[in-house]
Amino acid sequence: MRIKTLGAALLLALASAGTAAFAAPDGKPIKVGTFLSVTGPASFLGDPELKTLEHWVGKINDEGGVLGRPLELVHYDTSGNAGKARTFVKRLINSDQVDVIVGGSTTGTTMAAVPLVERSGVAMISLAGGIPIIDPVKKWVFKTPHTDRMAARKILKDMQSRGFTKVGLISGSGGFGQSGRTQTLEAASEFDIEIVADETYNNSDTDMTAQLTNIANTQGVQAVLNFGFGQGPAIVTRNYKQLGLELPFYQSHGVASEKYIELAGDAAEGVRLPAGALLVASKLDDDDPQKKVALAYKQEYENAFNESISQFGGHAYDGLMIAVEAIEAAGSADRGAIRDAIENTEGFVGVGGVFNMSPDDHMGLDLSAFRMLEIHDGTWTLID
Amino acid sequence: MFAEFLQYLFSGLTAGSTYALVALGFTIIYNASHIINFAQGEFLMIGGLGSVMLMQYGLPMPLAIVAAIVLAVLAGILIEKLAIERAATNDIVPLIIITIGASLFLRGGAQFFWGKSIHALPAFTGNTPINIAGATILPQSLWVLGIGAVVVCLLAWFFTRTLTGKAMLAVSHNPNAARLVGINPRFILMLSFALAGALGAVAGAVAAPITLTVYDVGVMLGLKGFVAAVLGGLGSPLGAVAGGLLLGIMEAFTAGYISSEYKDAVPFVIVLLVLFFMPSGLFGSRATERV
Repeated sequence: MRIKTLGAALLLALASAGTAAFAAPDGKPIKVGTFLSVTGPASFLGDPELKTLEHWVGKINDEGGVLGRPLELVHYDTSGNAGKARTFVKRLINSDQVDVIVGGSTTGTTMAAVPLVERSGVAMISLAGGIPIIDPVKKWVFKTPHTDRMAARKILKDMQSRGFTKVGLISGSGGFGQSGRTQTLEAASEFDIEIVADETYNNSDTDMTAQLTNIANTQGVQAVLNFGFGQGPAIVTRNYKQLGLELPFYQSHGVASEKYIELAGDAAEGVRLPAGALLVASKLDDDDPQKKVALAYKQEYENAFNESISQFGGHAYDGLMIAVEAIEAAGSADRGAIRDAIENTEGFVGVGGVFNMSPDDHMGLDLSAFRMLEIHDGTWTLID
Repeated sequence: MFAEFLQYLFSGLTAGSTYALVALGFTIIYNASHIINFAQGEFLMIGGLGSVMLMQYGLPMPLAIVAAIVLAVLAGILIEKLAIERAATNDIVPLIIITIGASLFLRGGAQFFWGKSIHALPAFTGNTPINIAGATILPQSLWVLGIGAVVVCLLAWFFTRTLTGKAMLAVSHNPNAARLVGINPRFILMLSFALAGALGAVAGAVAAPITLTVYDVGVMLGLKGFVAAVLGGLGSPLGAVAGGLLLGIMEAFTAGYISSEYKDAVPFVIVLLVLFFMPSGLFGSRATERV
């Protein structure tokens, strides 16, 4: 026991000596806790998120820290497992004594942590897309990514503006596709749109021409929407071209990456989809408030890691920066003060959009966070 | 009406021809050893993803495909040499479980070395759909069907006309008797894994322009191929092809005429019914159990 205490004291002394010697800001570090799905099936989310957090925490410390104190990132890898997420968040709150939490990567891991942060009173900014995270609003829980509901509404709005009233829907059977399908069906009537065909496919299917033939043969159909993630939408797009369908074709934000254009090839020509500003950072108007932030993030990330950016890393950037701004606005690292400051976030320009949080809106994004894009000559074109 | 019917049929043939090629791989190893090789889907992945990766190193497509096939053959031989043979058992169940382990290993290796992104191999002869009576089919689907047909003929010739092929069948019927007449069962087993690797890789490469390819593409295709092989009758090359095409066509017709929600359920129910009434599949030889 004695030796342990001595050892711990020695370690602490060494650690503080280290901080004093190498980092400009001194004082007790402000602890940012995070639990991400860095390995496992959701690693495509957690990997860029953790890289982003680590890189920008380092950068903030190089530039003098927050309130003159250094930031310290405490991370645990949940590998997408909700049970592990619970354990790690408990550890973050009780033994690591973090001041604010940024994470987790998936809706499942986030929801597993919600009861803990609500009970202990630590603000958590989730990087997951699910609507249940912020609806109903929970006192200590916030999130940065857009929701499927917003994507569905953005698409339906664009369809409405083009005068379409009858739309065919084809969705993947995975979580993303089905959530998108539900949101589309719920919101359609608000935009005077009727979903006249409702087809599904499995994410591992290799041919969807049968479903598309059914949609094409539906009476009065004016446009087609595909909600899905992974290779499914690329195959649907190829099949669409194979069948020679002329109807306007929409995809969701699930395919908003260069990979989609690469996989679908020239079949992607003319496809419309909603996407965050990051994807088209260099093409935004110069007076667009997001242009500077998105471009800076893109360049910094690509220089640091030599790989192309993903929207998910952008959500982590927004989460961290909202937390940092809140700590600065609160003037202290008090858990309650940080929460109140996050809720008062106004006009924060992030990679994912302009955030205006309020007591009834713990995400703070509106439809302007999505840009409507059309694919032309193998690249994205802004259309609004 | 007819155009729709034809389109569903083409859709079914496209998916079904891939299942058929996977099912053929199951058939070979089953014929040599009664082992069901659950790493067959991974051979398919090596063929498709391997070709894409080798093309990224600058190899022209035909060469990349050949190299990927060689890679899959090596993988097949290594699985047999390092895992199956070392197990030193004739009990089938442990050997089948070993192949599941091998499939996890191959998938993990591909994930590690080749990454997790999805890739598309260019179509062999362009992407211009062929229009037949109002329905369309891609030239690549014809490639898959054609190569499937060639492979069936080659296998039929191999198993009935060559000494090695006959030796393989002999080993499957009775390994001890085969050894008595001078056949080396170990060599036959290794050969069957090499052949199955080659066949899986051919299927993977020729189907990759349609199915796209990714480190875990073999999981679902492997499972569908296995179902097709069982439906057609394990061990019969003709049955494997019939089972694969039938499965694909049933899926497409269910999606087209009933509902895409039941696309996977209906064919599996039909498969269960077939196996209930014909336990050895459509083309399987009647099992003769000697006591």
